[in-house]
Amino acid sequence: MSVEMAELQKKNGIPPIQFGEEVTGAETLLRCLILEEVEYIFGYPGGAVLPIYDSLYGSYFKHILTRHEQGAIHAADGYARATGKPGVCIATSGPGATNLVTGIATAQMDSVPLVCITGNVAQSLIGTDAFQEANITGITIPITKHSYFVRDIRDLPRIVKEAFHIATTGRPGPVLIDIPKDVANAKAPFTYPDKVEIRGYRASLVPSDEEVQEFVKAVGEAKRPVILAGGGIIAAQAEKELRDFAEKTRIPVINTFMGLGGFPGTHELSLAMPGMHGNYTANQALLNADCVIGLGARFDDRITMGRTKEFAPKARIVHVDIDPAELGKNVDTAVTVAGDVKSTLAKAIPLAKACDSEAWISQLKEWKEQYPYKYKKDGDVLKPQAVIELLYNSTDGEAIVTTDVGQHQMWTAQYYKFKHPRSFISSGGLGTMGFGFPAAIGAQIAHPDRTVISVVGDGGFQMTNQELAIVSQYNIPVKVAIVNNQCLGMVRQWQELFYDNRYSQIDLTCSPDFVKLAEAYGVKGLRASTPEEAEAVWAEALAHDGPVVVDFRVAQEENVYPMVASGNTLDQMELGDD
Amino acid sequence: MQQHTISVLVNDQPGVLTRVATLFGQRGFNIDSITVGGTEEQGLSRMIITTGGDDRQINQLMKQLHKLIDVISVTNLSENPFVSRELALIKVTASPSQLAELNGIVEPFRAAIVDVGPSSLIVQVTGDTEKIDALLVLLQSYGVIELTRTGSVAMARSIVPATAAATV
Repeated sequence: MSVEMAELQKKNGIPPIQFGEEVTGAETLLRCLILEEVEYIFGYPGGAVLPIYDSLYGSYFKHILTRHEQGAIHAADGYARATGKPGVCIATSGPGATNLVTGIATAQMDSVPLVCITGNVAQSLIGTDAFQEANITGITIPITKHSYFVRDIRDLPRIVKEAFHIATTGRPGPVLIDIPKDVANAKAPFTYPDKVEIRGYRASLVPSDEEVQEFVKAVGEAKRPVILAGGGIIAAQAEKELRDFAEKTRIPVINTFMGLGGFPGTHELSLAMPGMHGNYTANQALLNADCVIGLGARFDDRITMGRTKEFAPKARIVHVDIDPAELGKNVDTAVTVAGDVKSTLAKAIPLAKACDSEAWISQLKEWKEQYPYKYKKDGDVLKPQAVIELLYNSTDGEAIVTTDVGQHQMWTAQYYKFKHPRSFISSGGLGTMGFGFPAAIGAQIAHPDRTVISVVGDGGFQMTNQELAIVSQYNIPVKVAIVNNQCLGMVRQWQELFYDNRYSQIDLTCSPDFVKLAEAYGVKGLRASTPEEAEAVWAEALAHDGPVVVDFRVAQEENVYPMVASGNTLDQMELGDD
Repeated sequence: MQQHTISVLVNDQPGVLTRVATLFGQRGFNIDSITVGGTEEQGLSRMIITTGGDDRQINQLMKQLHKLIDVISVTNLSENPFVSRELALIKVTASPSQLAELNGIVEPFRAAIVDVGPSSLIVQVTGDTEKIDALLVLLQSYGVIELTRTGSVAMARSIVPATAAATV
């Protein structure tokens, strides 16, 4: 045990862990979690995890009892994204475990470190279709980085150690540990391995000097270079290296959706977000660049539009990624570096020189001034974009913002200029509605002193709004901003543009009164329908020392622009009606 | 589309075959054949997988296989000379009186008749896929009642000076 761990235990009044003491599987698990420095557990009990919950009773851990397992895993995910530390959640067997599936897939798509612990029926019942039995390791094979079914209590410490190692190293991801009830009840002397040895697993990849030299050479030859900075920058904590590299080489930076905050949106070299709802300048930069430098970005189809041959047609693509399988997966590359972005940039910075890119930067600056994100203001009508601008201005861009999925998510990505890593938390890969609110709970628990705003739509909020009970019970001061257009906005937009205004099943006008709903949970509820009301109500929400739900009633017909329609290429952007 | 033979060394754990097979399905690859068995080292199994794809697809497949935690190593045997064998059992309609005639057919293939019944017999053959296919064509005129094939087991040839290389 480390000195720090011993001190932590002393500080938190945890009895020193005795190695060799005979304990149950449940107690073994919790001791392992203490040694992994876990503080918060998000979960929901049930029959198969009763031994674990019994051991949790009166323990050091802060357990957050969500009202649905999906809430638990999204909260653990939000905690992990806000801190970089692994999120931990517990669910029981069968339906408890299957309720984690959406959250596991969400974390897998966005490379978030999670350790998900599920109970299962006793091994004597496995395979008998016993009550609440589900083969959760089998179900989650395609959506976990790895998963374990624990057959013997003596394997449990090694498995927990490996699970945390796998979840947090290399390309992070979710790991599932399924513990049958007989293993949780079995007893064995407690041990914990000092180190992890997984044959064949490449936890970190430091690029060779030759690879870095080739990377620097390719970048140095460019006259119209652009960096495409993805979520890998944030995962690798490489934001300082990225900034130093961009400033030294004079290369503009496009942040992918997952990379927002990895490079300050307010920086003179920032081109913000590209792709389907990205801005004109970022997309023009990709179309005209002679070198695109992908750093921890996976060139997904919301950026390339799936038209990879027409994507960045004039550019050599240089790609750095910790996951070698990403290199050459979606686009053809000229130079690849299989390595950690942080160590690659740290090695590259001393070798790199300024590119001959000033004419290019001037051109981009012109485009930025000519084609900013914009929308038509309309008197007393509250526009959703104005709501996001209000949130940004009132917090000076310093809040942690989580979102659900849909129009509000894109407006948040466009109009809130994220300056810091881990300040924008959203389901990018899977596009999970219902993610934003519980994720905000996890982020707020991780950062009790920061302002945490959950921007949600009226649709997504209704998928997980039962977690209002949590913010009320634990007085978690999340500010929920519902961008309420009384419909499924992004679906409505697609139906308007591509289905001849046939608005099939998007009407949410019979949603609950969100103010009353909040109040029913003991949470402050506020409403605004005009820009003036919005300012006043939002100021009141920020001033309130506790959770608040603000129902912003916005214009229903507003669409997200710019937009590259599905099937089109980046040069076929629609800029909108203003 | 080129045929590739991939050798995958994996931990001998329950569920590993499912993980590998799931990966193929998830990434849109087809498994033409798969064999799994023990290796020279206890605790490890070797899978021999035959699949189709161009160089880029196979490269991607190998990288994805590498990402599985239970995978120790991945080798594309098709990149270098390798030995590949398959075992097939073929049940053919035939009476004992046709035994000599059928022996005459299977003999050149170094195959063997391993079971004789009143109205059928079983031929056992090992070799590469083409050899087994060739024998099958000859036996089809008798009526193939049942066929079972293992899929390929394969191994890279030893690296020896070209002049001393032997072909078996």
